[in-house]
Amino acid sequence: MTRLSALRARTPGDIAFSVVLAIVCAVILFVTIYPLWFVAIASISEPRLVATGQVTFLPQNMSLFGYEQIFADDRIWTGYRNTVVYTVVGTALNMVVTMPAAFALSRREFRPRRVLMLFFAFTMFFSGGLIPQYLLYRDIGLLDNWLVFILPTALNVYNLIIARAFFENALPEELFEAATLDGVDYFRYFLNIALPLSKAILSVIALYYLVQHWNDFFTGLIFVRDYELQPLQIVLRDILLSNQAFAGGAGGAGGSGGAYGQDFADQIKYGVIIVSTLPVLLLYPFLQKYFEKGVMIGSVKG
Amino acid sequence: MTLLRERTEPAGAATSGRGAPPGSGARLWRHLGRYWQLWVLLLPAIAFTAVFAYVPMYGIQLAFREFDFQAGLTGGEWVGLKYFEVFFSSPMFGTVLRNTLTISIATLVVGFLAPIALALVINQIVNATRKRFMQTATYLPHFISIVVVVGMLQVLLNPSNGTVTRLFSGAGLDLDLLGDPDLFVPVYVISEVWQHCGWNSIIYLAALASVDTQLYEAARIDGANRLHLIRHVDIPALVPTMIILFILTMGGVLSTGFEKVWLMQNALNLPVSEVIATYTYRIGILGNQFSLGTAIGLFNTVINFLFLVVTNWLAKKFADTSLW
Repeated sequence: MTRLSALRARTPGDIAFSVVLAIVCAVILFVTIYPLWFVAIASISEPRLVATGQVTFLPQNMSLFGYEQIFADDRIWTGYRNTVVYTVVGTALNMVVTMPAAFALSRREFRPRRVLMLFFAFTMFFSGGLIPQYLLYRDIGLLDNWLVFILPTALNVYNLIIARAFFENALPEELFEAATLDGVDYFRYFLNIALPLSKAILSVIALYYLVQHWNDFFTGLIFVRDYELQPLQIVLRDILLSNQAFAGGAGGAGGSGGAYGQDFADQIKYGVIIVSTLPVLLLYPFLQKYFEKGVMIGSVKG
Repeated sequence: MTLLRERTEPAGAATSGRGAPPGSGARLWRHLGRYWQLWVLLLPAIAFTAVFAYVPMYGIQLAFREFDFQAGLTGGEWVGLKYFEVFFSSPMFGTVLRNTLTISIATLVVGFLAPIALALVINQIVNATRKRFMQTATYLPHFISIVVVVGMLQVLLNPSNGTVTRLFSGAGLDLDLLGDPDLFVPVYVISEVWQHCGWNSIIYLAALASVDTQLYEAARIDGANRLHLIRHVDIPALVPTMIILFILTMGGVLSTGFEKVWLMQNALNLPVSEVIATYTYRIGILGNQFSLGTAIGLFNTVINFLFLVVTNWLAKKFADTSLW
């Protein structure tokens, strides 16, 4: 509270400062949010009005044409289904791999942890590169295999470090000592005592992994040819960027459809952006505090 | 020290460790007896890292060998530096190196400074609710996928009917924001800042939140205004965090985000948008030149690693802050 009083306006100079600050904040907010807002309103406005610049702050002549097209298109739903599967299974594996390791590395009496930390952290800064990775996946049969979305990303070292920092700093050492006196071994301490006290970090790490899987585009692009296996992001790329013809015939934005076709194709694009981002946008306000918590925990240097 | 460890070790593990045979492996057995459960907990993480991070490193030797379809990762005949020479003498070498450096240094400088500025601004908001709202809003774009961000660029910057293009032509500027090679880097960097600036400011806000409030009061009594507070209290408080993050970014000086550059590439901007990462993919995987692709990738990794080590060393020497 003292800090607030120190920042409170006292002189004309302070008042001028507050005014400038308010303007700067308003500009930052507008620049951040408006592009998203525009896409949202453009997706439900009449395409011709969007194309001629008559849609600015509110939707004009509501039209759900884009969404009708999107809901009728199989590719999007296949992509959606694939992404949901990869995200759920992938995140489950991530947690099973990351949390026990983070706990083990947090035990100070466990001497090899320094070397092991180096073993993990080194991979953040040095890698074999794309081609050896590709050849390895080819050799072990991960190309065109849905497991390629799950296995190679099973451990994110950054998340491991955050979780380890949490176990180190948030759980009191006395707790471990007391449990040990009661004859509790590491397995039971981890499962019955440490994990139930770590819901905050569990949600943070799970959310990081969820977002990572949901937005994964690289894996599908490089390691998968079979379209039936492609995740949402690849389908999105095809619709948004490669201008592939859309099922309803309104696509073909490559020029054949003329300006009219282009307008409709654009509306589909706006709609696709919303449909694919909606789960993240809807969850975001509820989860945001957890995301932030993760950065705070991670910034405790360790 | 030993006493402490005796006391904190789990009872079950301790008894199983007692029966270890004496001899050369005795210490190892005692260690395993005590800690085998921790090793079990670590096993999946170690296994996945070994297979998916270290096995590809073993495959780096392919950069020095002919590719052999049968041999796969370990490659065929040893050819030494042949593929590095091929890369260094190819006309694309200068282009991709220059493009990569331009894009990553521009991103590094702007992307490093913008979150600091944003954190300083947000930190000045006195009203807690407004501050919270401002944070929530600016973090949001971080969670949007790269495909969607580039898709938004495509529709908003579309040269014929994009909203942003129209804004510029309203001001008398007719720009082709997607095709003009001179505008590729600005568009790339600004959209990067738009997406990640808020998120990257969190760590600075955390550092600012831990500033001793008495410093503000003391400075106020000495007649400081709010700009003085930013200049003489807030910014010095951020310096250690800035150095650590700077070292980390320097470790990525040659890694432009492959996905975003790849998605933003088109025939018009290719002369400025072909970077090492996209070139590796084009040569190595699309072009099936595995050895050359590995060599280019290794070149990239080594330069990055050197930058990380050197920056870390400089920071340690001159600022007494370092990663290790």
